[in-house]
Amino acid sequence: MFKSFMSWLDARFPATKVWNEHLAEYYAPKNFNFWYFFGSLALLVLVNQLLTGIWLTMFYSPSEPFASVEYIMRDVDMGWIIRYLHSTGASAFFVVVYLHMFRGIIYGSYKKPRELVWIFGMIIFVLLMAEAFMGYLLPWGQMSFWGAQVIINLFGTIPVIGPDLVEWIRGDFTLSLASLNRFFALHVVAVPLALVAMVFLHIVALHKVGSNNPDGVEIKEKKDENGIPLDGIPFHPYYTVKDIVGVVVFLMIFLSIVFFAPDFGGYFLERPNFEPANPLKTPPHIAPVWYFTPFYTMLRAVPDPFGGFVVMALAIVILFLLPWLDRQKVKSIRYRGTSFKVLLFFFVVSFIILGVLGVIAVTPTTALLGQICTAYYFFFFIALWFLPKFEKTKPVPERVTDK
Amino acid sequence: MSNQGVNKGRRNLLIGATSAVGAVGVIGAAVPFVRSWAPSAKAQSAGAPVEQEYSKLEVGQQITVEWRGKPVWIIRRDQKMLGSISNSEEKVADPNSEADQQPAYCKNEFRSIEPEIFVAVGLCTHLGCSPTLYAEAGSLENDWLGGFYCPCHGSKFDLAGRVYAGVPANANLEVPPYTIDTASKVIVVGEDGGA
Repeated sequence: MFKSFMSWLDARFPATKVWNEHLAEYYAPKNFNFWYFFGSLALLVLVNQLLTGIWLTMFYSPSEPFASVEYIMRDVDMGWIIRYLHSTGASAFFVVVYLHMFRGIIYGSYKKPRELVWIFGMIIFVLLMAEAFMGYLLPWGQMSFWGAQVIINLFGTIPVIGPDLVEWIRGDFTLSLASLNRFFALHVVAVPLALVAMVFLHIVALHKVGSNNPDGVEIKEKKDENGIPLDGIPFHPYYTVKDIVGVVVFLMIFLSIVFFAPDFGGYFLERPNFEPANPLKTPPHIAPVWYFTPFYTMLRAVPDPFGGFVVMALAIVILFLLPWLDRQKVKSIRYRGTSFKVLLFFFVVSFIILGVLGVIAVTPTTALLGQICTAYYFFFFIALWFLPKFEKTKPVPERVTDK
Repeated sequence: MSNQGVNKGRRNLLIGATSAVGAVGVIGAAVPFVRSWAPSAKAQSAGAPVEQEYSKLEVGQQITVEWRGKPVWIIRRDQKMLGSISNSEEKVADPNSEADQQPAYCKNEFRSIEPEIFVAVGLCTHLGCSPTLYAEAGSLENDWLGGFYCPCHGSKFDLAGRVYAGVPANANLEVPPYTIDTASKVIVVGEDGGA
């Protein structure tokens, strides 16, 4: 019965073909470790955001934003859990995406032939930042308002066209409900559509070239007589089952936060945001949500506003170029030289410092520290270009090493 | 129809011409989408001038009126405060208000029509936070002359809204167009005209 249905379907739609090519007969390296959970977790969080987001739009109203969020929290049956799943999901998204990107850096997963996988991933990262930024305006609290005010005014620092551009983005002489309404449209329709499309392309490009692995060797170079990679195992059931373990652990942590600390001490939901937006009163201390803080510190590191804007934009642009800046042929950190490990260690340290500095008020000392870390951020990428000249790499094995 | 002898030159010309016309069409079609983002008629009418009576304003006191959704401050300054402006001459980046941050009739030492009454848009010229008034000398730090301090990124301005050198903001506070009627003590923010 099922068999005849499938043959009817397969004659009209490539169901079995797609299933086999991307799951049952898609061979992934057998040595995936902890770092390989975050791709599938990002997909899980995306589904969470789409689902809870659709439900939130059923109750949210952009004409009375602050009141309708309170309505969701107090009056809608179980509305609070849907909102906290969505707001905690935003932070969780950045946690898994930052770890996913870090995995790419330590194992050289962006190197030939996976440059496009990285580029699509970076586009997803940029879309995600846009999505998070516009979403944060929607509750229309004090931090929503003043955070957006600061970020939109960044465009006003562009010479000549800046002021008109800002007015065009806001659709008003100041940040108002007109601005909120267009952000709402972009946040719930335009950007999610683009995100889903880019995630699709990210996976299509990945499945064309196959996954990298912690050893950074190409499993497709060693195949058995049936053309199956010797070090490959079918994604389904092996990695679907492995990923379920990751999902369970992730959900335990994620839901603990949703239930017991949804504002995460003021880092996931900032306290001034429980006050309605007031255009005439700036909160004493404005800090972006934690996932933007490293870039925010880079913005503040440059005294000139437009210069700061350019530096912040370059910090993102340079990440796009990573596959070409890192000229070392050896992919995995396991076989790369000490110089790379030291360079990377301080990159992580400076990125975390940049993040911490972004939430605290500026003093001359922290301003200087922020400038040093910003300089190091860029130095890291430049150094990668010159590194192969000095780096002492270890021999890369023919096959993956894990049993 | 014959498959022989395809005229490639003509084919390329047709493809090129079709693409060019198509591109013009796309640009034309984009116009309403782009234009719809400009401030609407409703937003523009909400940007009408606002009137404020100031007879009860005391020395050093600040009131804020809303004009085009922006906070506009009205502050009464006495001789002491005006003196602090003259003293801050060396600390500010643009003492003569060369940058176009005020109407021509306010391009003077005190950046106002009547020295006693200061009118300015209360948004930091760095990234649009609202600075706080610390009118008294020494109220912010020991050598403070009196002025405005932005809590977001630490920009400082004197009591004429002139920006200090070496802070994140690089322009003086904006002075909006306004008229002042000293007889009836009424300020109209948003209406050009001077005294």
